[in-house]
Amino acid sequence: MKLARVIGRVFCSRQDPAIDRKTMLLIQPLKWEDESPLGDPIVAADAVGAGSSEKVFWVASRDAAAAFKDAPPVDAAIVGIVDGHQVKDFRGNR
Amino acid sequence: MFIAEVVGNVWGTRKHPSLNDRRLLLVRPIDPLTEKHTGDAIMAVEYGTGAGPGSVVLVMDEGGSARSVLKDAEAPVRTVIVGLVDSVVSGGTTKKF
Repeated sequence: MKLARVIGRVFCSRQDPAIDRKTMLLIQPLKWEDESPLGDPIVAADAVGAGSSEKVFWVASRDAAAAFKDAPPVDAAIVGIVDGHQVKDFRGNR
Repeated sequence: MFIAEVVGNVWGTRKHPSLNDRRLLLVRPIDPLTEKHTGDAIMAVEYGTGAGPGSVVLVMDEGGSARSVLKDAEAPVRTVIVGLVDSVVSGGTTKKF
């Protein structure tokens, strides 16, 4: 599971009925180590009610559909809001 | 599956119900023989191995098997810590952790 920051929201007037009433958020994937950007922004379906500029963790591919009861056609889903995290190299710099 | 070192943890109140009461740890892949890091940290679910910061662990990174070991067909989870590594033997050398 990966870290990202919510940077926007996506609206579609015509879309597949299976993704109706799903919130689509634009997220920028980040590195866990230093929160630096990792690749380009992507669109993810929101399963927890994340808000703008919040840090979240997300899953991709088939696991994203598992976040919803009706298994919608999505390939990325936000499954948690990160209140905090810490990273430390416990075994020294090698 | 790969061998990784636990480098941190993640906390948050709002998350998918399948993740409630699960420990969320950050793991970073290492080469077991040289102990050098081989990739970026990812978040993994810990469900009963007792792994903590500094542990060297066996990590499974596949969603179907993750749901199987967590016994939850609805868990949106891909990465799970499935073991604590005691030692690795390769090419005549034994590495103990």
